[in-house]
Amino acid sequence: MYRSHVLVCGGTGCTSSGSQRLLEVLKEELQKQGLDKEVSVVQTGCHGLCAMGPIMVVYPDASFYCLVKEEYIPEIVSEHLLKGRPVEKYLYKEAEGKGEDIKALADTDFFRKQKRIALRNCGVINPEVIDEYIGTGGYQALGKVLTEMTPDEVIQVVLDSGLRGRGGAGFPTGLKWKLAKANAADQKYVCCNADEGDPGAFMDRSVLEGDPHAVLEAMAIAGYAIGASQGFIYVRAEYPIAVQRLKIAIAQAREYDLLGKNIFGSGFDFDIDLRLGAGAFVCGEETALMVSIEGNRGEPRVRPPFPALKGLFGKPTILNNVETYANIAQIIVNGAEWFASMGTEKSKGTKVFALGGKINNTGLVEIPMGTTLREIIEEIGGGIPNGKKFKAAQTGGPSGGCIPAEHFDIEIDYDNLLSIGAMMGSGGLIVLDEDACMVDIAKFFLEFTVEESCGKCTPCRVGTKRMWEILDRITKGQGKLEDLDKLEELANYIKQNSLCGLGQTAPNPVLSTMRYFRDEYEAHITEKRCPSGVCKALLSYTIDPAKCTGCTACSRKCPVGAISGTLKNPHEIDQTKCIKCGVCMETCKFGAISKH
Amino acid sequence: MKTLEELRAIRDRMQGQVGLRSEDDTHTRVVVGMATCGIASGARPVLTTLSDLVQQKHLTDKITVTQTGCIGLCQYEPIVEVMEPGKPKVTYIKMNAEKAAEILERHLIGGHPVEKYTLASANL
Repeated sequence: MYRSHVLVCGGTGCTSSGSQRLLEVLKEELQKQGLDKEVSVVQTGCHGLCAMGPIMVVYPDASFYCLVKEEYIPEIVSEHLLKGRPVEKYLYKEAEGKGEDIKALADTDFFRKQKRIALRNCGVINPEVIDEYIGTGGYQALGKVLTEMTPDEVIQVVLDSGLRGRGGAGFPTGLKWKLAKANAADQKYVCCNADEGDPGAFMDRSVLEGDPHAVLEAMAIAGYAIGASQGFIYVRAEYPIAVQRLKIAIAQAREYDLLGKNIFGSGFDFDIDLRLGAGAFVCGEETALMVSIEGNRGEPRVRPPFPALKGLFGKPTILNNVETYANIAQIIVNGAEWFASMGTEKSKGTKVFALGGKINNTGLVEIPMGTTLREIIEEIGGGIPNGKKFKAAQTGGPSGGCIPAEHFDIEIDYDNLLSIGAMMGSGGLIVLDEDACMVDIAKFFLEFTVEESCGKCTPCRVGTKRMWEILDRITKGQGKLEDLDKLEELANYIKQNSLCGLGQTAPNPVLSTMRYFRDEYEAHITEKRCPSGVCKALLSYTIDPAKCTGCTACSRKCPVGAISGTLKNPHEIDQTKCIKCGVCMETCKFGAISKH
Repeated sequence: MKTLEELRAIRDRMQGQVGLRSEDDTHTRVVVGMATCGIASGARPVLTTLSDLVQQKHLTDKITVTQTGCIGLCQYEPIVEVMEPGKPKVTYIKMNAEKAAEILERHLIGGHPVEKYTLASANL
C-alpha cells in the first residue's frame, strides 16, 4: 500500500509537452531515494489545464505542480515526497494580479466553479487499470440496471433526467433510446460518436483518454435498454492515445466479463468493437458515420428513415456522443432528480467546453448549464491575456456562430445560444480578443467546410466554395456592397437545400458574424480597411519621418529589401515590394512605424 | 468474474486507495513530522503504518495522512499531529509504529485522544 500517490497527466496535451519522460524520471528518482514502496506513480487522463502541462498532482495533500521539468524531479522527491515540504516555486499559481496564493487543486479559480460529472474520473484514476474505475464506483450502474431494472425503467430514468445529446444538436437522449427500443428487430446496434472534428475541440478525446470505461459501461446500459447486443465506437485514427486506451479498456472489461456473454449472470450479452475513422469531418454526421462503419465511403444519406428505425446495416441503431455516454452511469447511480437539479429549465446537467484562443487558462472545463459566458471566461478561464478586450466567443466550430460582447452575460444553454444565432455545438469555445478580424474568422471556418464537404450535394459543394470566394474578395479589398446580400442569399439557400448537418450549418459562421459585426464587413468593402489590422491585403506599413532616427535597424531586418534610406536620415517603405510581414514594426525601437 | 459480489469486493479493495485522491475540507488531517530529525528518529515507519491502516480500514474519505517538516521539537520526534475540524490540535510525541496503530484505533476511530502519548502530558 502506498501513502502517497503522484498523478502525472497522460492526456494528449501533457504527453506532447513531455509527461511520458517525466513518468520515467520520477520512477527512477523514487527508486534512487528508496521511496518506491511508499509512493506510487499514476498516469491519468486530462486534468483540464492543458496550457500549464505537464501537470503533476501529489496526493493526499493535492499539491498541484505545473509546467514540470525533468530537472525539478529530484528536488520534488526529496523535499516533498520524503520530507513533506511542497516545493512552492514549482506549484501552480493563479493568473497574474490575483496574488501569489498557492492553492490545492480544488481551490483554484479554474476548478472551483466547475462541476465535474462527465470528467469526474479524468485526472483522478489511471485509465489503463479497470480496478481503479471500479474503485470509484465504476460498473455499479451496469450491475444495478441488469439486476434491478427493466429496459423501460432505464429509458424512463434517462428521459426524466433531461439529458440531451452533447454532440451539439441537443436531442433528448432518452427519447432517442425509446424510439430505438420501440422498433423490433433481430439485431440492433449501439454506436458511439467519437469522431470529434471541430477545430479546437477535444472534449471527447479527453474523456476517452481519461475515463474510457465510463463510455463502455454506458454503451452496455444503452444496449440493455434498447435490446442491442453489439456496440461500435467510431473514433478518429488521429487520436492514438484514446484508441490505445479504449483497446486496453475493452480487453480488461472482457476479461472481467463486463462485456461479452451473460453479463452478471443476467442473460444479457453485449460486446463492443472499435472502428477507426480516417478523419473526414462529414463522418461525424450520423448517417455518414454508419455508412463508414459499414465499410463504404463516408457520405450522408437521406433521413427518414432515421437510424432508430434503419441505421447501421439497416437495423435499428442509436448513436450518442462520447460526453453523453459519460453522464449515463452517474444518472443511473444518483438518480434522474439529481441530474435534473443541475442546469436550466430545458438544459439539464453540465457541459464540457474546450477553452481555446485568447484566454489564459487554455484547457478543458465542465460547468453546470446556465453558467454565464462571463464566469467561464473571466473566472474559470482566468481572463484574456495582455489586458486585451473581449470581442466575441466562437462556439460550435464550423457549424456554430459567435457570441459578441453584448451577450457576455448570457447563461449558456442549448436554447439561449440558438436564440442569439450561435449554438452549443460539441463544446469548442474559442475566445477572440479585439485583435481578431471577424471577416477573417468567418473565412477560416468556411474554408474548413469547403475542404470537408463530401461533395454529395451541390448547394454544399459549390455553394460554400462561392461563399468563400466572396469572402476572400472582401478581405482583399475587392468586395462590393451587393456581395453582402449575395452572401446572405447563398447562405440561406445552402441551409435549406443541403442533405446533412454539415451543409445545413456551414453558413452559420458567416451569418452570425454578419449579424453582429456587419460594420467590419462594410469597412472592408467601402473603406478598404481592416479595422483589426489582420487582412494583409488591406494593410500598409508607413514610417513617420518625424520619429525615424535613421538607425537602419528596420531596413536590415526587412526580408524583401523594401525599406530604403541612409544612416541618420528618415527611411521609407516601398509599398510595391512590402509583403506586410510586420518585422520592421517589431524591430523599430522608436515607434516610428505604424500599420493602417 | 461474474457476480455483483465480486465487483463489490474489487470496489471495496480499491476504494481506500483511490480515495486517497479525494479532496475535502472536512477531512481529519494526520500529519507526521518528516524533517531530518523526524526521519532519523524513525518517522517513516510511523507514516507508512498510519497511511496503510487508513487505507485498509477504508477511512480515506475521512482521514488524510500526510507529512510536514520540522516543528522545532526535535528531541520529541517522531511527532504526529491530529487535526480534526472544529477541535483543538492534538500533538503526539516519540511515536513508533505500534503507538501509531493505537492512536488510529483509539483516537481516530474511537474519538478519544490517547493522553499518555501527547505533548501536553510530557510536562515540558
